[in-house]
Amino acid sequence: MAAETVSNVVCPLCGCLCDDIEVIVEDGKISNVKKACPLGKNKIMGHDRIKAPMIRENGEFKEVSYDDVIEKSAQILAQAKRPLLYGWASLICEAQRKGVELAEEIGALIDTTASVCHGSTVVGVQGRGAPGCTLGEIKNRADLVIYWGCNPQEAHPRHRARYAHSVKGMYRPNGKNDRKVFVIDVRETKTAKVADEFVKIDPGYDYMAFSALRTILAGHADVVPDTVGGVAKEKLVEMVDAMKSCEFGVIFGGMGLTHTRCRYKNLENVISLVDELNAHTKFTLIPMRGHYNVNGSGHTLAWLTGYPFAIDFSRGYAWYNPGETASNDVLLRREVDAMMAIAGDPGAHFPGESLRHMAKIPLIQIDPYANPTTELADIVIPTAVSGVEVDGTAYRMDGVPIRTRKVVETEYLTDEEVLERILTRVRELKGGN
Amino acid sequence: MTILIKNGVVFDPAQGIDGEKMDIAIDGDKFVEDVSSPDEVIDAGGRMVVPGGVELHTHIAGGKVNAGRIMRPEDGRKGRIPRGKLTRACSGFSVLNTFATAYTYARMGYTTTFEAAMPPLLARHTHEEFEDTPITDKGALVLLDNNWMTIEYAKSGDLDKLAAYVSWMFNASKAYGIKIVNPGGTEAWGWGKNCSINDPVPRFDVTPKEIIRALAQVNEDLGLPHSIHIHCNDLGHPGNFETTIETYEAVKDIKPSSDRQIMHATHTQFHSYGGSTWGDFESKADAIADYINKNDHVTIDLGVVMFCDTTTMTADGPMEYSLHTLSRRKWSNHDVELETGSGIIPVAYSPKIGVNAIQWAIGLELALLIDDPWKMALTTDHPNGCPFTFYPEIIALLMSKAKRESMLETVSEAVGKRALIATIDRELTWSDIITMTRAAPAKILGMSDTKGSLKVGADADLAIYDIMPESFDPTKDYKTIEDKLMRTVYTIKGGEIVVRDGEITATPHGRTFWVNPAGKKAEAARDGMLEDLERMFRDYYTVSMANYPVQDEYIPHGVEIRTEVN
Repeated sequence: MAAETVSNVVCPLCGCLCDDIEVIVEDGKISNVKKACPLGKNKIMGHDRIKAPMIRENGEFKEVSYDDVIEKSAQILAQAKRPLLYGWASLICEAQRKGVELAEEIGALIDTTASVCHGSTVVGVQGRGAPGCTLGEIKNRADLVIYWGCNPQEAHPRHRARYAHSVKGMYRPNGKNDRKVFVIDVRETKTAKVADEFVKIDPGYDYMAFSALRTILAGHADVVPDTVGGVAKEKLVEMVDAMKSCEFGVIFGGMGLTHTRCRYKNLENVISLVDELNAHTKFTLIPMRGHYNVNGSGHTLAWLTGYPFAIDFSRGYAWYNPGETASNDVLLRREVDAMMAIAGDPGAHFPGESLRHMAKIPLIQIDPYANPTTELADIVIPTAVSGVEVDGTAYRMDGVPIRTRKVVETEYLTDEEVLERILTRVRELKGGN
Repeated sequence: MTILIKNGVVFDPAQGIDGEKMDIAIDGDKFVEDVSSPDEVIDAGGRMVVPGGVELHTHIAGGKVNAGRIMRPEDGRKGRIPRGKLTRACSGFSVLNTFATAYTYARMGYTTTFEAAMPPLLARHTHEEFEDTPITDKGALVLLDNNWMTIEYAKSGDLDKLAAYVSWMFNASKAYGIKIVNPGGTEAWGWGKNCSINDPVPRFDVTPKEIIRALAQVNEDLGLPHSIHIHCNDLGHPGNFETTIETYEAVKDIKPSSDRQIMHATHTQFHSYGGSTWGDFESKADAIADYINKNDHVTIDLGVVMFCDTTTMTADGPMEYSLHTLSRRKWSNHDVELETGSGIIPVAYSPKIGVNAIQWAIGLELALLIDDPWKMALTTDHPNGCPFTFYPEIIALLMSKAKRESMLETVSEAVGKRALIATIDRELTWSDIITMTRAAPAKILGMSDTKGSLKVGADADLAIYDIMPESFDPTKDYKTIEDKLMRTVYTIKGGEIVVRDGEITATPHGRTFWVNPAGKKAEAARDGMLEDLERMFRDYYTVSMANYPVQDEYIPHGVEIRTEVN
């Protein structure tokens, strides 16, 4: 069979959701990937797939059929009093919608990887709003780009070239020569090396830096100390001048803000700064979302339930209260008596105390790939790779929904099919009670 | 399935039926002359039988509605209802989840709901939410006025290319009609600016008025069922009534392609302001109503404000920011590359604040001062003026001067000085109300063959309310109106009983109407337009053209309406 090139493939790796990828398919298998970054290429090429459904018996995994794992999962979930369905980032919205239906059916907690990632951004938004735009606005208009607490050169490798820095746009025909790029971080990252200005800040001082910038913006530079978080006052004044005098500015916020001291308060403060800058010029904020469809999980959950993550259906209606209802809140309280991890890797990202509890309860993993969660799982259900073997919807970091493409056939069930079958069986089991 | 509804007191303004006792027959999904041995007989027992409600302007699905939900968990906590046997869990007061939206509209007797602002780049999102909004038939108006392609063609006067572009965009976004929101102003907001109707759009040498005229002409060239649907420039500004009337005048000479208006001007309450500052802010509902009474080319919807803590959301980005600077609670904004923008903020309308109280008065004044109910639709611009759940109370206010007088005692005295409401005696009739909520919006949308009437051949959408019109005085018993219009005795959608005694009994998928403008008018300049569009995608969009159009998977319940002008 001849090699075939599939164009305009949507990369299912990070929140950039690049949609210009070319995938070469030979004999029904992917032989090469063009235009993607190394991270995306690696994901699309495929690696370390879980070969078959597995159930742990006496500490060892035993390969079984899909029927077996679906039956066993349905029984666990139907009997659980406080089930938690966690993950939902690296898969398509169609599967997320099915997941919410399952959560309602069994009165589960449903939570996304945002709760250990940009959840604090969401909570900041709930305090102060989300003054943003799509990435094309940055491409066409932005002359000031600030990467704060993020390192796209390594985490979102094509972000600068496609959307924000070297890319040419309508009013920025000379690309990087028409823009100024600041990087604010605690260390000189690879992104810092390609920026016009690197401002090194002491860890945990972002909130104070935002307050200082707002103070200077409000005309009270006189009360700002000589250095704030290791940044000289002169530098802060210079930054405010750059912000006020640009035609269109953007701050890309990363996990350096969401996972350091002050967390959502950092976000509230930077959102307030952006809000106040709009009295002078055009300014926006875009969170650098990680997983390719974690933004979609927030959107899907919001239109179905009213809330974007950390939702508890134990009362029959959606109850949202991060701090009480996020995954680690309930795991650390040891409330959860059964857990599903789907398209997310709590094994690699949750605190040890949570993992200790996860090891004690039935844990169902649904994922194409083995990862640290697999080591804790009692049931493992491998699925097709969304965006490579299944088509469906994903939301880019800026809220633009794009339909990912199916490039090759697969014998794995899709996430949606697995969830649908578990849901059907759960309904039968509960109906029989 | 056949259904016979007996002993109803029927209001069907499209057929001139004004409270007559008669039977209504349904076969399958249509009204028919009669059915023999019906599968189900409903004895209405003298209760009010009317067509299913038609909502022509509401914000229920898509990016900005969802941004409102995400930003306002405190709103989600109002309106919590656990899942039921047939129903999913509900949340929200002003930004309801999709299920709450669907069930609430259905319980109130509404069976058709049009989302009023769909950014083309985010159209997929709107359609995804439609799929999770059961029961009602739906459609979306696509934002086409701040698009660089539109602005360029309005400037060059190349209306054939603009027609080809509109046609391509309707297909790509699966849209029903053209929406215009602060033309030029939202593009200007890309630079933090705004513009009024005669200001050149920054960096484009063209005025909003020229954009409006170009789209109005193309709308008629393509023979679209609905007219242009416009949110005028200067929304919310004191003194904006002059811009509003100038907008109406701008399209007066354009010939309609069918028996309807040339322009539908939406949420007119927000555009009927006099004065020059918030200090001398006053109602100009009389000037607007006078214009509408004297001219036939414009229809309006009201956009009534009621006192509550709601969420405002619009593609009018600069207006939302300016409103935000008054309250500084929280502000979301989402500019969409090459196309449009949006802003969202929470707003608490208070009866004690003079401006809010005058806004409340204006919405009602418009309905009471415009003589012909066929020229207007009852809306609250949900959730901007207030959530649509206020319709029953608004109807009570329009039908009862006594209700208005009791409410006037509780509002700011500014209403007595700078609004007209206290001086108006008119009380609307059931026929007026049913026209404004059914027949008129259906006609304005270009759907009067199938919606807004109980006539033979129309879609079998119907509501029965627990009100006995023959023995009921709405001018006195207004409290009953407020209660009974919240929950129908029956709602029938497409021949299926979806509500009985105020409870959801079925949750079928509604259909999504979209228009495919075809024919020579749509295609003549297609090749040249595509060259321009391909350049836009190559150089300026961040999504490839191949991935842009909404795929058929997103409209599994789509109904294509093909127009063909040669």
